[in-house]
Amino acid sequence: MERRSPVFTVFIYACALLLAAVILAPLAWLFVMSISPAADLAAKPLRWWPQAADFSRYAQLLSRAENSAGAAFTSSLRNSLEVAGMATLAAVVLAVPAGWAVSRTPSVGWSLSMVIATYMLPPVALSVPLYMGLSWLGLLNNVFGLALIYLTILAPFTTWLMKSGFDSIPREIEAAAMIDGAGLLQTWRIITLPLAAPVVATSALFAVLLAWDEFFYALLFTSDQRAKTLTVAIADLAGGRVSDYGLIATAGVLAALPPVLIGLVMQRALISGLTSGGVKG
Amino acid sequence: MSGTWMTTRAWLLMLPLLVVMVAVIGWPLADTVRLSFTDAQLVGTAGNYVGFDNYTKMLTSSNFTRTLVTTTWFAVISVAAEMVIGVLAALLLNQEFRGRAVLRGLMILPWALPTVVNATLWRLIYNPEYGALNAALTQLHLIDDYRSWLGEPGTALAALIVADCWKNFPLVALIALAALQAVPRDITAAALVDGAGPFNRFRFVILPYLAGPLMVALVLRTIEAFKVFDIIWVMTRGGPANSTRSLSILVYQEAFSFQRAGSGASLALIVTLLVTVLAVAYAALVRKTAGSAT
Repeated sequence: MERRSPVFTVFIYACALLLAAVILAPLAWLFVMSISPAADLAAKPLRWWPQAADFSRYAQLLSRAENSAGAAFTSSLRNSLEVAGMATLAAVVLAVPAGWAVSRTPSVGWSLSMVIATYMLPPVALSVPLYMGLSWLGLLNNVFGLALIYLTILAPFTTWLMKSGFDSIPREIEAAAMIDGAGLLQTWRIITLPLAAPVVATSALFAVLLAWDEFFYALLFTSDQRAKTLTVAIADLAGGRVSDYGLIATAGVLAALPPVLIGLVMQRALISGLTSGGVKG
Repeated sequence: MSGTWMTTRAWLLMLPLLVVMVAVIGWPLADTVRLSFTDAQLVGTAGNYVGFDNYTKMLTSSNFTRTLVTTTWFAVISVAAEMVIGVLAALLLNQEFRGRAVLRGLMILPWALPTVVNATLWRLIYNPEYGALNAALTQLHLIDDYRSWLGEPGTALAALIVADCWKNFPLVALIALAALQAVPRDITAAALVDGAGPFNRFRFVILPYLAGPLMVALVLRTIEAFKVFDIIWVMTRGGPANSTRSLSILVYQEAFSFQRAGSGASLALIVTLLVTVLAVAYAALVRKTAGSAT
């Protein structure tokens, strides 16, 4: 055990407080803005804490009254949920067999490497033909079209996670089932998939986070409430002539809640997922 | 079971993924290459073959050079700052103190915050009339008048870099922390007994464990920073006076705002080539680091 001088201990706590403040201050301010009356936010000197907390903007954004800020927000919330859900489901369905195949038959691994290498591609390198293609298919401004495009981001990532997940399940267990006469599908159903369930869940949550965060394709390929996602709706609010900054902050808090909750719940799995790739290279 | 059947079965299982990837990545990429040699518009005309005209036009334009410099500045400064702050935070979190687990949990928050929400949050903080930064600095008497942090070419890029760092240094910290926890305790203890000072312990005992994971984080963050679009689009749209315009924003403007699909495609491929060269050079470096660390 390393001995620590009192000065060093004080130094450690001071640094820890500083780090906590750096992380929390902007987030706390986002929340305070969302519950401060508009007059407080425009006051000079600025009022850092509202005289009376005002949660009315949350009700306003979640209401579905026609032509209100709420209607635009709730429809974008629904679109984000639909697009993230569909894209995640499709990505996992593609990734499970492909990840297993690469894990058990390394000789086909180069094709997965190629798929993963597409991570380097800037989305702008695909955007023009994708725009023309979606337009030709009549899928511009459409949640199905957007979900399909999101596979460019989600599918390589989930396949890579699934492959490393299957790598940690010993082949011998599968081989034993096969010797006992189980076919491939039966082996998957009884042995492999139950063992891989945590990895499937982690991959799916990562995919949801990626889809929820996506902005570039959504900006290009959606134009109104039928398909605009939350990120585009918030950018609209931030860039538009909204006079109440508290409303923008409220939209930000609501959009951040699902991924932040996923992040906190999944902490351990997320960190090991992030670092396993890092360590293996 | 025979090897050929195993391989055939593997290909069959990969087929759905590969078909989708060819449809949404392979074909668009090939079509971008084709478009880059034409004068096609985004809507309407299919365009005629124009050879390398788009490439020479884009590469010799002052817009491209200036944007390349801006993007490089953004990538180099923000990634360097994220690595340094991230490692320092990880070294702190590797110490024992009360509340460490809570602080480590907090690090997830900026990372989980959607990029667009982060950009919006900082845009509000930097607001020239009501922003918290102006209010805090005037109340502390550090500045006399409210400033337009994002509205002046001198401060806009720096303001963006701060916002980007705040979101991304925690990820570097978490990766570095995981690597630090893999350092065997008896090795650091032995170095201490041998009389190694804090700097030498970091340089010779801890850094070799950090090097591999940090290199990977460096590669990923650099590629991301070079492709940057979202945070800049939401905070400044590349302004003021194009002082924060990144390469991705330049491509967006060319292909979608001006609807010049052909020259936009050529520009996109130039960017892709730059990122690829960067990634390949880095990959070589990673292999070297991994080789020397073990």
